[in-house]
Amino acid sequence: MRYLPLQPEDRQAMLGVIGANTIDDLFVDVPGAARLSGTVPGLPMHATELQVERQLGALARMNQAAGDGPFFLGAGSYKHHVPASVDHIIQRGEFLTSYTPYQPEIAQGTLQALFEFQTQVARLYGCEVANASMYDGSTACWEAIVMARRITRRAKAVLSAGLHPHYVSVCETMAKFTGDVLETALPKLDGTAGQEMARLIAAIDSETSCVVVQNPGILGRVADLSELAEACHAKGALLIAVVTEPVSLGLIKSPGEMGADIVVGEGQSLGVGLQFGGPYVGLFACAEKHVRQMPGRLAGETVDADGQRGFVLTLSTREQHIRREKATSNICTNSGLCALAFTVHMTLLGEKGLRDLAALNHALAVQAADRLAQVPGVKVMDGAFFNEFTLTLPKPSRQVVRDMAQNGVLGGVSLGRLYPDGDGRENGLLVAVTETTTSEDVEALCGALEEALA
Amino acid sequence: MSAINQSGWRPEMGSGAAGDAPATYTGNKALMLEEPLLFEIGDTARTGVDLPERPKVASRLSGLERNKPIGLPGLSEPEAVRHYTRLSRQNYAIDLGLFPLGSCTMKHNPRLNEKMARLPGFADLHPLTPVDGTQGALAVIHLVAEWLKALTNMPGIAMSPKAGAHGELCGLLAIRAAHEAKGDARKIILVPESAHGTNPATAAFAGYQVKGIPATEDGRVDLEALKAALSPEVAGVMITNPNTCGLFERDMIAICEAVHAIGGYVYCDGANFNAIVGRVRPGDLGVDAMHINLHKTFSTPHGGGGPGSGPVVFSAALAPFAPLPFVEKHDDRYVLVEEETVAEEGHSRAFGRMVAFHGQMGMFTRAAAYMLSHGADGLKQVSEDAVLSANYILRSLEGVMDAPFAGAGPCMHEAIFSDKGFAEGFSTLDVAKGLIDEGFHPMTVYFPLVVHGAMLVEPTETESKAALDQFIGALRSVAERAKAGDAALKAAPMYAPRRRLDETAAARKPVLVWKDPVQAQAAE
Repeated sequence: MRYLPLQPEDRQAMLGVIGANTIDDLFVDVPGAARLSGTVPGLPMHATELQVERQLGALARMNQAAGDGPFFLGAGSYKHHVPASVDHIIQRGEFLTSYTPYQPEIAQGTLQALFEFQTQVARLYGCEVANASMYDGSTACWEAIVMARRITRRAKAVLSAGLHPHYVSVCETMAKFTGDVLETALPKLDGTAGQEMARLIAAIDSETSCVVVQNPGILGRVADLSELAEACHAKGALLIAVVTEPVSLGLIKSPGEMGADIVVGEGQSLGVGLQFGGPYVGLFACAEKHVRQMPGRLAGETVDADGQRGFVLTLSTREQHIRREKATSNICTNSGLCALAFTVHMTLLGEKGLRDLAALNHALAVQAADRLAQVPGVKVMDGAFFNEFTLTLPKPSRQVVRDMAQNGVLGGVSLGRLYPDGDGRENGLLVAVTETTTSEDVEALCGALEEALA
Repeated sequence: MSAINQSGWRPEMGSGAAGDAPATYTGNKALMLEEPLLFEIGDTARTGVDLPERPKVASRLSGLERNKPIGLPGLSEPEAVRHYTRLSRQNYAIDLGLFPLGSCTMKHNPRLNEKMARLPGFADLHPLTPVDGTQGALAVIHLVAEWLKALTNMPGIAMSPKAGAHGELCGLLAIRAAHEAKGDARKIILVPESAHGTNPATAAFAGYQVKGIPATEDGRVDLEALKAALSPEVAGVMITNPNTCGLFERDMIAICEAVHAIGGYVYCDGANFNAIVGRVRPGDLGVDAMHINLHKTFSTPHGGGGPGSGPVVFSAALAPFAPLPFVEKHDDRYVLVEEETVAEEGHSRAFGRMVAFHGQMGMFTRAAAYMLSHGADGLKQVSEDAVLSANYILRSLEGVMDAPFAGAGPCMHEAIFSDKGFAEGFSTLDVAKGLIDEGFHPMTVYFPLVVHGAMLVEPTETESKAALDQFIGALRSVAERAKAGDAALKAAPMYAPRRRLDETAAARKPVLVWKDPVQAQAAE
């Protein structure tokens, strides 16, 4: 029990000060029927550090890690190279083991980093203000819809067919309980994709709180949101843009610039890593006039008693610990450490690095798409994408993906896994290409695909 | 590309010096280094990352290329490392000393946990990897789930909630789904006054009306008031146990029975589970749903505010409604039940999905390492030492500071004090800031709301007796200064990187992003 400093004689001395005979005297308020004697049945006793390393190490080796071979999975979680300094910085104990900065005089490190993070996110998204992070992209997306309801006092949200199906699931789950009305559609692989923008615009009416559109969409398509933004504003609705791949914003016009009112998304691509789905970091930005309706934490600038610049958590009157049932959300924990990883990676990149990284991702993806189009039976669905695109295969992609994985190639995400209902989507394969993808990887994918389709 | 650092860092910005100490040219004070904002030292042309040449191909972005500057300054690698290392030194952290935040639980962070979470098989694993290639990760999720079920004696679990408050929402949605499955749409959730602020916010977020229940004079739920508020309209009760006054709810079994009698469910906020883990199983008390803050009870570092992880355990009545996805073990194989497989695995009552992927894998791995390290015997010792340490602080200080519930039975993992007896004009905040000068992070202040000028002290089990004694001495000294009206205390902290910060000014005219001073001035 290497984590427990108290010695038997310490415990005796402390019980003496308390005036108790045994430790059991401190649990007298627990009803007798629920008081355990002995240890909880069914669990092992304590283990050494070496034993734990062996047990968990064996489990880790059972997994097919992204770095184990050619890798093309995306769909809201992307493999990017993270500079070694990022993990070094976030493992510094003063960042890693500090709490929410409620005592700002001794939390300036966290607070200044969050203030810098907010500024970076706001600029990246083309918005005026950003918060100090959310759990992840999917929960940030739902919080944005709730915020739009509060601002517009309307409860109908129109969701784009390009929104990540898990994000749609989260929104549908929550809406069942809050009474929000969601209008959704499923993406098509049949060439009618271009009609999606027209569908969204037609769906906006006087009851619409917001339209939620992901860019690039789940199938990798990029779209101009300007016309949609105008249509929303003409009817008093808000445009919420979702970005699951923040690297794309190094190359593509920001949602804010295209007229989005609230921009949310996933920040995992920068600094955080794949982590089997979490922890991730939700990004959230909006216009300054809506800031008091925003969920989550905010770091703000102020001065101390000597007039020196410093940072504090601010506008907390929106939050659960003040407004309780009238709060803008129930969120208490954010993704502070992941936000730090994001901001350190972004600082290392800088604008030049981010633009170059985005351009590299895009160029490699274009090359890969052209090469994959040569595989017999394979079609590249769209002409416009960033670093992820959809292939249509002559047969369902679920088994193709499993077969390729058996051969050591993680060849993409089967649309059959994301959309179990079929309707033609089961033949879709979502392929993501990043700066970590080599031309050998692309050749390996082409070979594995040919074999799996044969 | 033009530099955005038009203002530059001015030495005088950091030169404020307390007392008679001379100002330094740099604003630095020996090892305490002032650090400008990234935006004042970086520029958009600089980068700390080398990228390979990219192939020359025509862009396929259908004309959506960015053509305006973004305004993201960069730093070279050594500059970036210095920037963040300097910032880190302005933080207090559990690695530096005792961090007695009540209701938050800051305990030692074993580095083994960090090492395990960073094994490539866990850290470099994509959530949509074919399930055959994720058996080890699913085994970890299953392992943590089984421990949580055993430690709570509750049969169902949802692993995906991302934090405690998210777990609360998960629990309430399961309650709502269970009522709706019976065609019984109830409207009200009862929440005691002593509950965490997240509880009423969560109930409102789940679409419920919130009705408060008062606390008794000895800091517990008023059982008679609770019974009087029960009706067929009540969907359930949210209760925190051990509660936010640091006390065990003695009437917990009676509360659960009364709520069940009207067809309601009991949600227990398990944020303070660390005080009873291994000694009390909430399922034995009659609880229907409880979230467990893995980052508190099972030691994930809090990283300046998160991430957390909030799995929820369920009674047999609520278990079928647990949300997707979840992990099951079929013979030797782990199965991930999600949209793709939910029909064939038969979980049609799952109330939906709460997050994009499977939850906080990084926290599951850390929790698994911690659970295995402690074992059933160690976890029991953990709660005993946590409770012992809290009571030691309570009894050592009750003669010096007002302890409103000192006569209400032993405290659990945290001891509560109030500002009663301080000199006119002196508050809990002054004591907190005084503790900073003593080298400690202050305890939780002004919480719970049922105590005026509350101070909630949670030492945890990972402090030695010597550390506790030093903290007790410091808190006694600062409290005595508050009682004596020592004017110098109003000026605390004197020795922190910053003196008292003006939070009112920050809220009145919020500055949430950095603006170039030249442009900001032009805009005014």
